[in-house]
Amino acid sequence: MALLSIDNLSIRFGGVQALSDIALEVQSQQIVTIIGPNGSGKTTLFNCISAVYRPQLGRILFYGEDLLSLATHRVAQRGVARTFQNLRLFMHMTVLDNLLLGRHIKFNKNPWHAVFRLRKEEIKHRRVVEELIDFLQLEAYRKTRVSDCPYGVQKIAELGRALALEPKLLMLDEPFSGLTAEEKHEVAYLIHEIRGRFKPAILLVEHDLRLASTLADTMVALVSGKKVAMGSPPAVLNAPEVVSAYIGGA
Amino acid sequence: MDLIESYAQDLQLMRKTWTKVWVMGVIVTLAMLPWFASEHAVYLATLVAMYTIGVQGQNLLIGYTGQISFGQAGFLCVGAYSFGHLSRMGVPWPLALPAAGLITALFGVVVGFPSLRLKGPYLAVATLGFGIAVYQIFVNSTLLSGGRMGLAVTKLSPLWGLSSVNLSYYLNFGVALLFTLATYNIVSSYLGRAFVAIRDNDIAAEIMGVDLARYKLLVFAVSSFYLGVQAGLYALLLGYLEPNMFTFSETITFLVAGIVGGLASVEGAMLGAAFVVVVPFVFSGLKQAVPALFGTAVILVLLFEPGGLAGCWAKTRAYFRQWPFR
Ligand SMILES: Nc1ncnc2c1ncn2[C@@H]1O[C@H](COP(=O)(O)OP(=O)(O)O)[C@@H](O)[C@H]1O
Ligand SMILES: [Mg+2]
Repeated sequence: MALLSIDNLSIRFGGVQALSDIALEVQSQQIVTIIGPNGSGKTTLFNCISAVYRPQLGRILFYGEDLLSLATHRVAQRGVARTFQNLRLFMHMTVLDNLLLGRHIKFNKNPWHAVFRLRKEEIKHRRVVEELIDFLQLEAYRKTRVSDCPYGVQKIAELGRALALEPKLLMLDEPFSGLTAEEKHEVAYLIHEIRGRFKPAILLVEHDLRLASTLADTMVALVSGKKVAMGSPPAVLNAPEVVSAYIGGA
Repeated sequence: MDLIESYAQDLQLMRKTWTKVWVMGVIVTLAMLPWFASEHAVYLATLVAMYTIGVQGQNLLIGYTGQISFGQAGFLCVGAYSFGHLSRMGVPWPLALPAAGLITALFGVVVGFPSLRLKGPYLAVATLGFGIAVYQIFVNSTLLSGGRMGLAVTKLSPLWGLSSVNLSYYLNFGVALLFTLATYNIVSSYLGRAFVAIRDNDIAAEIMGVDLARYKLLVFAVSSFYLGVQAGLYALLLGYLEPNMFTFSETITFLVAGIVGGLASVEGAMLGAAFVVVVPFVFSGLKQAVPALFGTAVILVLLFEPGGLAGCWAKTRAYFRQWPFR
């Protein structure tokens, strides 16, 4: 059974058909990258999977369960985590607290422990988060407020927050955008490492076709909300619809 | 040199020896206040301690969770009258006090429901409606409000050789200390993180698995509990209640305390409470000037130090920590 299987997914905003009849499967531990010009519906697809948007048609099965029937916060509990195209960090919290919030669903949440300062649970999750901080090399920023961190660090902190949830499916929306060439390489290497170490399936949206194709097992191309190609990276990059969308400036 | 050897150590309430020393110093000084201060000063300190409780509660809701509420006076009214009626039914104050808190918390949950749909100014208006409705209901119901003479509440009687002024002081000081400790503990736990996450980015919080409805209602309940307990102490201290004690201007006093003290800061709540108690006292001969002073203070804070008194305090400490290397 596929980890994630999307069927017949369609969503429209007023007159804009943002996605039409999308079908997609992601196997566990697979990296699927989604490419497509601006406005082709990539972020909308992520928003449907994480239950921010409610599509008019279609099914999104995760381990066979329909995510569309769940409240937004329950999708996280099933093991889906994501980052955002325009960062959505908790700007006034430290990097450490952002990552700890990523552990929210793993906490044994007893309000009395909070009130009486019983900190066993906090220490347990702090250990897990410190390992992540090591892995992502965020030590220097541990207690820095996110709003005081450089953009590159913020991007990695957001990745860390998603990883803290121990996702089965990790969705990364343009993880390279806004980064310098050097930082891009670091993040590409990190994604590779994440796959080896935490073994999630990864859905990745990327503009940079070269980066997207080096990381992908499977590639999906969206144009104006329609899936125009899916398959191995070279096949997708050479598909006539993809070529015309990127070169023809559709 | 600040060396941390374990995560448990990093999670202590007070980590540095120096902090422990001066905080203990302050607490001991406050505990001995009746020995060296005038009765009037002790009474003022009683009010500061009492207001600390409610402002702390308001701060959890507005400062930490970002749910702007104008319902403080309404919650105080519910809490004070709950305490008053319970006490008239013969419930001893040590029971009536938490009960008043719990009843107010229940109202907090109900008032919190609009927060599941409304944000910012819209939520503020909805909670304002609650405050006004409570006032109107009490003004128009002699059964609830105790009528023209107000509702008489039995005051604390002297105990263990302590005068009633000193006894009230110790009661309010002790309860304020408990609530302040609880607040420190809450904001540094998973609960506090969930609250701040909702304030900073509710969509991200929800996607990370935070159940927005649950935590919003919880923070409304907790903050109303604080307000209810403060109101119970208020009834116990004054010995009588009338609806006019709970008009919108009481809400404004709380908001001034929150903003001038500094939002999302436990120390800020204490400093803000002290501000709104001490300023009217200092200017007691010039009552008309107090609202203008409050307004000016809020504007100055918003313009020059959004962190409020707590922000000034933090900057001063940072300055001395790094002195003379600056
Ligand atoms: N909340 C929304 N309301 C209205 N239109 C939207 C909304 N979200 C996305 N869209 C529209 O859907 C289309 C796809 O957008 P998006 O998924 O952000 O594209 P991409 O991420 O591929 O650049 C765009 O035309 C966009 O304007
Ligand atoms: Mg996008």
